[in-house]
Amino acid sequence: MRREPPQRLGDYGPLFFPAGMLTLFFVVPFATMIAVSFFQRQQGGFYTPAFVLDNYARFLSLFFGKVLGFSLFLAVAVAIACVVVGVPFTYLLARSSRKTQIAWLVALLSILSLSEVMIGFAWSTLFSRTAGITNLFVWLGLMSQAQALTPSFGAVMTAMAYQAFPYTVLVLYPALVRLDPTLSEAARTLGASPAKAFFTVVVPALRNTILATLIMVFIFALGSYLLPQLLGRPQHWTLSVLITDQAIYQSNMPFAAAMAVFLVLVSLALVGLAVYAGRQKEAK
Amino acid sequence: MSGLILEHVTKQFGTFTAVNDVSLAVADGSFVCLLGPSGCGKTTLMRMIAGLDLPTGGSIRLSGADITQVPTHRRDLGMVFQSLALFPHLTVGENIAYSLRIRGADKDAQKKRVDELLAMIHLPGFADRSVNKLSGGQRQRVAIARALAISPKLFLLDEPLSALDAKLREAMQVELRQLQQRLGITTIVVTHDQREAMTMADTVVVMNGGEIRQAAAPVDIYRRPADSFVADFIGQTNLLPFETDSTGRAAVLGTSIEGLAPLTGPEKGLLSVRPEDVQLAPAGNGLIPGTVTFVRDLGGTIETFVEAGGQQVIAVSSPRNRPAVHVGQTVGIKLDPATSVVLAK
Amino acid sequence: MTALRRLLFFVVGLFLALPLIVVAGVSINQRQTLAFPPQGFSLSWYAQIFTNPEWRNALVASLTLAATSALLALLIALPLAWFLWRRLAPWANIFQLLGVAPFTLPPVITALGLLTFWATTGFYGQSWTAVISHGIFFVTLPLVTLSLGFSAIDRSLVEAAATMGADDRTIFRTIVLPLILPYIVSGYAFAFVLSLNEYIVAYMTIGFTMETLPIKIFNALRYGYTPTMASVTVLFLVIAAVIFGLVARFGDLPKLLGALSEDK
Repeated sequence: MRREPPQRLGDYGPLFFPAGMLTLFFVVPFATMIAVSFFQRQQGGFYTPAFVLDNYARFLSLFFGKVLGFSLFLAVAVAIACVVVGVPFTYLLARSSRKTQIAWLVALLSILSLSEVMIGFAWSTLFSRTAGITNLFVWLGLMSQAQALTPSFGAVMTAMAYQAFPYTVLVLYPALVRLDPTLSEAARTLGASPAKAFFTVVVPALRNTILATLIMVFIFALGSYLLPQLLGRPQHWTLSVLITDQAIYQSNMPFAAAMAVFLVLVSLALVGLAVYAGRQKEAK
Repeated sequence: MSGLILEHVTKQFGTFTAVNDVSLAVADGSFVCLLGPSGCGKTTLMRMIAGLDLPTGGSIRLSGADITQVPTHRRDLGMVFQSLALFPHLTVGENIAYSLRIRGADKDAQKKRVDELLAMIHLPGFADRSVNKLSGGQRQRVAIARALAISPKLFLLDEPLSALDAKLREAMQVELRQLQQRLGITTIVVTHDQREAMTMADTVVVMNGGEIRQAAAPVDIYRRPADSFVADFIGQTNLLPFETDSTGRAAVLGTSIEGLAPLTGPEKGLLSVRPEDVQLAPAGNGLIPGTVTFVRDLGGTIETFVEAGGQQVIAVSSPRNRPAVHVGQTVGIKLDPATSVVLAK
Repeated sequence: MTALRRLLFFVVGLFLALPLIVVAGVSINQRQTLAFPPQGFSLSWYAQIFTNPEWRNALVASLTLAATSALLALLIALPLAWFLWRRLAPWANIFQLLGVAPFTLPPVITALGLLTFWATTGFYGQSWTAVISHGIFFVTLPLVTLSLGFSAIDRSLVEAAATMGADDRTIFRTIVLPLILPYIVSGYAFAFVLSLNEYIVAYMTIGFTMETLPIKIFNALRYGYTPTMASVTVLFLVIAAVIFGLVARFGDLPKLLGALSEDK
C-alpha cells in the first residue's frame, strides 16, 4: 500500500472527530488558561477579563525566585539520581531473559501508574513513627527509639525518586534493548572487563539518549504536585504545588495560570532540547 | 485483442521517472519474466499492472478492456508478493479462501476449493495450520495457492522466490513453470535472477533505467543480445572494442579478424563474445596475442583469464578440453565470428 | 556481572517494594491504627472499600470514570492513528503532537487549562467533564500503542488483500482491525489504569462535587490516616498488576514498550 495524500474530502473523515476533540478540549482550554493569566483578579476568587501583566510581574519577587530555584534544583537532583541508577539497571534488564524483563516491566508499570496520592501515603507511612522504617532500625538495635522522618527534604526527594524511577527505566528501555549487543562484546574481545566495557563503550554510545532521558525525567519531576506537600515543609514546595495551591486554595486563577504558562515554556524548551538530543543520536 | 497490452506506460515519482514509455504485449497463456537490476523499474511496472500504482502516462489493456484506472480490487488478479504477505491472523485455509470469502462464496464451495488448491501445491491437510508455523517453501506454496484461488486472468509474482535458499529456489522454479503450463494462465514474474528468468519464461523482458532493453525468448536474449547492457547482464560475456579499418576489415584489439562482418554496421563498436566461445591456441597465426593472468578451476568448468591489449578476456572450457596453459604464458585468442555479436558502443 | 546484576536488582526491588510492603502490612491491622508490623490480622479494611458507602461510591466513581474516559481516549486515538498510517499528510502530525502533549507536559498544566475552560464555559463540576478531561489527558497512551501497532502492519498485507478483491472497507474489517486489536486492548488498558489512579485533573474538574478514590484518599489524609487508604492502595496496585500482566500474557509487552520484536 502506497500512502497517498488524501484525495477527496471523505478521505479526511477519520480526522474530524480526533481533531475536533483535541482542538476543543486541549487547544481551547490551553488558550483559555493563557488568556486568564492576563486577567485581573477580583476579591473572592473571581476574575475579570483584562490585559494586565501583574500576574507575571509577581515572578520578580524573592519568594517566587526561591520556589523556582528549589523546584529546578529538586527536579535536577531527582533526575540525576534516577538516571545514575536507571542506566545500569535498564542495561542489565535489557540483557535479562524475556521472562525477567516482562516481570519487571509489569512491576514498573504498576508502580508508575500508582496514584501520586497513594505513593505519598505509602511513603509517609514508611517514614512515620508508628509504622515506619525506624521501627525496623530499633528492632535491629540501630536506633534507640522510633521517630518520624517526615516532613523533611530527604523524604520528598526519596518519594519523588520512587515515583520517577519506573518512568526513567521505561524511557531508557527502548534505546537500551535495541543496543547492539556486539558493541560490548567487541570491547571485551579487546580486553575490557564487563564493567569497563559498560563505561567505555555503552555509556558513550548512549550519551544523547542519557541526556534526553535526564531532561524527560526532569520534566516529569517538575510535574510532581503532591509529594512535596505531603512529605515536606512549606519551603520544600515546588512550582507545581504552588500552582495547585493558588488555583484551589487561594482562588487566584490568574496568578496560577501565569505560573502554569511559565512552567509550559520551561517544559517546552526542555522537550525541544530532548528532541534535539534524540535527533543527534539518530544522525550519528 | 486478447492478452495484456501495455502502451507507452510511464510512471513518474516527482521528477524521477521510474518507468519510461514502456510498450509490451503479453500473449494469453504465456510466461513473461521482467528481469533487470534493482531500481530498473520492473517492480513499478508490475505494480501498475496490478493497479497498486497508477501510471502517469500510457494505457494498460487486459483482454481488450482498458484497465489503466481500474482499482486493484476489481482487476481479478492473483499476485504473490516478495514478502509473501500471508495474513498472520488467518490459518492456511483462511488465507487461501480469503478472496472467495470476501466475494461471498458459501462455506462448502470455499472448503472444496481450498482442498483442491492444497492438493495442487502438495500440502493436503494443511488447512487448519497457522501460517506462522510453516517452512519457507511451504509459505511460498500457500502464497501461490492463495493467488490462484479465484482462477485469475493474470498471475503476477514479485520476486517470489528470493527468500528461499538456492536449492529450494531452483526446485520451485521448475515447479512453478510446470504449474503455469498445466493451468495455462498468463503469468508475469519480476526477478533480478537471470537463471530464474531463463528457467521459467517464454519471454524474458530485460529492463534497465525504466526502459525495456530487449524482450525475446531466453535463448535469443543470450545468443543475440540487443545491446551491450543485455549482453553483459545476461550471463558472462567479453565485451571487446573493435574498429573497422580502411579496407573494411574489422580489427579487435589491433588484430584483424577474418570473417567478422560488421561491414554494413558501425565502424566502431563492441564485440560480445561468450567465454565458452573463446578458444585459446598457441600465439601467432594471426590470433590476438595475450598473457594468461589467472586460471580458475571450478571443477565443472575452467576459466582462463587472459590480458590482451589492456583488456581482460575470459575463456571457459570444460575439463575435457582443458587448455594447456599456465599463468604468465603468452597465448593466442581465437574468436569465432559466427558466435560473436556486433553491438553499437 | 551476574552477581552485580543480582545485587542491583535486589536493591532496586527492595526500594520499590518497601513502601508497598509496609502499606500491605498496615492494611491488615486489626485495629484502626497504622502499625507495622501489623497487630493482629483482619481483612475488614478491604471489606470497608465495598461496604462503607463513601468508599464504595468513590470506587464506583473511579471505575466508571476510568472505563468511560479510556473508551473516549481510544475513540479519539484510533481514527487519528489510522489516518496517519493510511494517508500521507505531514501536516496532520500536528494532531499527533497535540495528542502526546498533555502527557508530556507537567499534569498541573493540563489540569489548570481544563479547570479554566470548564469554569469559563459554566460546566464546572459536572461529572461528564471529568470523562472528557481524562479522555484528552490520556489520549497519548492508545495513540502511542496504536501508532506502534499500525507501523507493525506490513503494508503488503493490505496490497495483497486488494489484489484479492477487497475494497478499503473490507480490508479494514478483515485485515487491519484483527491485526490492530491487541494494540487497541493494551491502549485501553493503559488509559484505564492511569485514569483510575489520576488525581490532579480529576480534582481540578470535579473535585468539589464528586470523589474518585484518589481524591477520597487525599481528602481523608487531612483528617488522619486510616487503614482503608492502605487497602485501597493495595487493591489498586493489584488491579494494575493484573491488567498489565494480562497485557503481557496476551500481547508483546516488551514490544509495546519499545523493544523491536519478539525474540523467541
